[in-house]
Amino acid sequence: MTKPKVAFYWCASCGGCEEAVVDLGEDVLTVVEAVDIAFWPVALDFKVSDVEALADGELAAAFVNGAVRTSEQQEMVELLRRKAGTVVAFGACAWLGGIPGLANLSSRESILRHVYHESASVQNGDGAMPQEQIDVPEGRMTLPHFDETVRTLDQVIDVDYYLPGCPPPVGLITAAVMALVEGRLPEKGSVLAPDVALCAECPRAETKPEDLKVKAFKRPHEVLADPDLCLLAQGLVCLGPATRSGCGGACIAANMPCTGCMGPTSRVIDYGAKALSAIASLLESQDEEEIAALAGQIADPVGTFYRYSLPASLLHRRVEPAAAARPGGAS
Amino acid sequence: MSEIMIDPITRLEGHGRIHIFLDEGGTVDHAYLQIPELRGFEKFVQGRRAEDMPQITSRICGVCPMAHHMAGTKALDDLYQVDPPSAAKKIRELVYSTFMVEDHALHFFFLGGPDFVVGPTAPKAERNILGVIGKVGLEVGKEVIGVRKELRGLIEDAAGKVIHPVFGLPGGVSRAISPALQERFAAGAAHAVEFGKFALQVFRDVVLGNSEYVDMVTSEAYTHRTYYMGLVDAANNVNFYDGRLRVMDPEGKEFLAFEPREYLDHVAEHVEPWSYMKFAYLKDVGWNGFTDGAESGVFAVAPLARLNASDGMATPVAQEAYEELVSTLGGKPVHYTLATHWARIVEMVYAAERLAELAADPEITSPDIRTLPTATPVEGIGVVEAPRGTLIHHYQTDERGLITQANLIVATQNNAARIALSVDKAARALIHGPDVDEGLLNEVEMAFRAYDPCFGCATHALPGQMPLIVEIRDLRGELVREIRRD
Repeated sequence: MTKPKVAFYWCASCGGCEEAVVDLGEDVLTVVEAVDIAFWPVALDFKVSDVEALADGELAAAFVNGAVRTSEQQEMVELLRRKAGTVVAFGACAWLGGIPGLANLSSRESILRHVYHESASVQNGDGAMPQEQIDVPEGRMTLPHFDETVRTLDQVIDVDYYLPGCPPPVGLITAAVMALVEGRLPEKGSVLAPDVALCAECPRAETKPEDLKVKAFKRPHEVLADPDLCLLAQGLVCLGPATRSGCGGACIAANMPCTGCMGPTSRVIDYGAKALSAIASLLESQDEEEIAALAGQIADPVGTFYRYSLPASLLHRRVEPAAAARPGGAS
Repeated sequence: MSEIMIDPITRLEGHGRIHIFLDEGGTVDHAYLQIPELRGFEKFVQGRRAEDMPQITSRICGVCPMAHHMAGTKALDDLYQVDPPSAAKKIRELVYSTFMVEDHALHFFFLGGPDFVVGPTAPKAERNILGVIGKVGLEVGKEVIGVRKELRGLIEDAAGKVIHPVFGLPGGVSRAISPALQERFAAGAAHAVEFGKFALQVFRDVVLGNSEYVDMVTSEAYTHRTYYMGLVDAANNVNFYDGRLRVMDPEGKEFLAFEPREYLDHVAEHVEPWSYMKFAYLKDVGWNGFTDGAESGVFAVAPLARLNASDGMATPVAQEAYEELVSTLGGKPVHYTLATHWARIVEMVYAAERLAELAADPEITSPDIRTLPTATPVEGIGVVEAPRGTLIHHYQTDERGLITQANLIVATQNNAARIALSVDKAARALIHGPDVDEGLLNEVEMAFRAYDPCFGCATHALPGQMPLIVEIRDLRGELVREIRRD
C-alpha cells in the first residue's frame, strides 16, 4: 500500500509551528513511517513546482500554518487547496489570525509609514519605501504585495480541520496525524482538540470558587501570584473559562494566566466576545459606576481578549469610523 | 544581460531570495538579497499592555522566542526602574544559557554544518543532517537530538513553554526553580558541556583537518573588513544576557562602548526600496552604501562578531577554544565570515559552562524571585545577545503602562547590510556566466548561511537543503535556462 502524501507549509508565521513539529523528536519517525512528506520547504527539498506537478487531490493532507497577508501566500494556499484532499489549519495564526493578526488594528499604510519612516532608529531622508516593482541600475526587481488585511486561512480557502494553539501542543499534532492516517477524522470543520474549557483540566480547578466574584483586577506584574490558587480568584485576567483545553495548562504551570492561544470551544462564534463576557460575569457589583470602574481596570481589552483571534472575529479588523460620525472617536 | 533568481531559499523563515544580475560578458553586476516579508509588530503593539510585550514579541520568532522574551523582559525592568532579585537574574540567565546551547547546536548540526561535514559541493541529497549522521555515525545523530530534547524540556519546565515562554515579568520571573528541577538542570548542563567539547572536536577534525576547507574559510570571497558589535561584561568578556555594547573597528581597536540605553546615538537603520528588511548601520560612521571598511557604517553581530568585540570568554574551556580560534586564524579581528561556524561552537561551550555554573549555584532555588515595580512607567530599553546577534527592544508607554511607541532592532537587521555584501561578493567571485552548477550555487548560499540568518526572524528546522530554482532569462525576460535542485 502506498503511504498517504502530506505537505507542510507556512504563511505569515514565526516558525514556531515548524519547531513544534521538530519537537516531536523521535515521534517524527513514527510520522515519517506512516506518511510520505511530499512538501515541507523548511525541512525538505521539494519545491513549488513539485506541488504543481501533483494531480489535483493527490495530497492526502496539507498542514498550513500562519495567517495570510501577502499575494505570494494567497497563491500558495490556493495551490495547496487544489492538490490536497484535506486541509488542516495548523496553529492559532492559520485558524484565528494569531498575534500577527493584531495588525488588523492598523491600516496597511500606517504600518508601512511607521516601519520605514517614523520608527525611532530609521534615517530615511529620501523617504524610501519598499516597492512592488523597482528599477535598480542593473534591471527590474519585484516584491510581493502586502495586503490591507491579515486573513485567516478559511477566509481564503476552504479548510477541513483546525489544530489550535500557539504553537499546537505536540500531543495534539501526533494525534491529528495518526487520526488522518487511520481514517478516524471527525466531522469536517472540527477542531482537533478536546472541546471543553481549560478550567476543566486546570490543576488549580479545585481552588476556583463556585461563585467566583472579582473585586479588583490586577495585572501580572502588580502581584505576587500564589502558585497554587486559581489565578482568576487572585484577580488576574485568566482566560481559562473561555479557552479550549488541550495544552495541559502550560502557562498556568509557570504561574502565569492563560492568554487564550487555544481559541474557543465549538459553541462559540467570536472568541473575544466570549472571553469578555466570561470575565464580565465575574464582576462583583450591581452598581453601574462601580462596574465601569472595575471594567476600566482591564487595560487594553482588544489586545487582551482578541490577542489571537482578531481576523476571525465578527468584525475582522478595526473599522475606521468616519471622522464626522465619530468626533474624537477611537484613536 | 541575464539574470539569475534564487527563489525561494528555505532554511530561512519567510521567503528570502537572491536576485543576481549578470552583464553582457556574464560577469556578476550585482547580487541582491531580498526579504519579501513584513508583519508590522512595531505598529500593532501600540496600545498593548507593556507586561504583555515579552509574550507578544516572542511571536516575531518561534525559533528564538526566548531571545525576544528576554529582551522584552529586560526592557520592562528598565521601563519600571526595577531591579530583580539576584536569584531572578540567575534564573533568567540559567534558562537563557540553556537556550543558547540548543539553538547553536541546531545550526551547527542541522543547517550550517552539513556544508562542511558532508561537503560544500557534495551530492545535494546528502548535504543535510542525514548526511552528517552518515559521516559521524548514528549514535552522534541520536546524541544531537537527545541533548536538544533534554535542554528544551528544561526550558519548558522553567519558562512555561519552550516555544513562546511566559515566565518573564518586570522585576523578576513568575516561577521559582524547585530543587528537583535544579538537579535536572545540573545533569543537563553536564551533558551540554560534554556535547560542546565534542562539537569542537568535530570542527577540528572535519574543517581544520582539511586544507581545502581552511582555504575556503580564509578566502577573499568570504571576507569582509567591517565593524563588529557585541555585549560584553565588566571584564570585556562575551556575555549573552547583560552588559555594555562594545564595537570594534575593522583594525580591531575599540571604537565604541556604550550602555544599551544609548543605542539610538549609535545605531540607525537604512531603507531600500527593493527589500522589506531595513539595514542597520553605525550612526557614528554613517551610511555610505553597501561597502565595507572603516569608512562604512556597516557592522556585524552574531558569534564571530561577538568574539571580535570582546577580549575573551568567561569560562575556561571556552577561553581555550577562543584562543585556539584566534591564533589559528591569524589574530583579531577575524574577518572570515565562514569562521562564524567555529565561533558559534566556542559560544556553545561558553553557554554550557555558564549553565553548569548557574545550575550549581545554591541561590538558584531561592523563592525570592520578584521585586514588585512601583515606579510610573515611561520608557524602557532591553538588550540581549540573541543567538544571531544583538537584539534591541525599546518601549515607551503612557502612565498606565500601555505601549505608545516601540522600536525593535533584531539581530539579522544588524547583520543585514553585511549579509547583503557577503552574498554579492560570493556571487561575484564564484559565478562567471549564466552556466552555473548547483554546487556553485550552494557556495553562494554559504555566504549567508554562516550568519544563521533569521529573516522575518525565523525558522530553520530539520535537515534537507535549500530547494532552489534558478531561472536564467534574457533581456526580454524570456526563460533561457532553468536550473532546479530537487
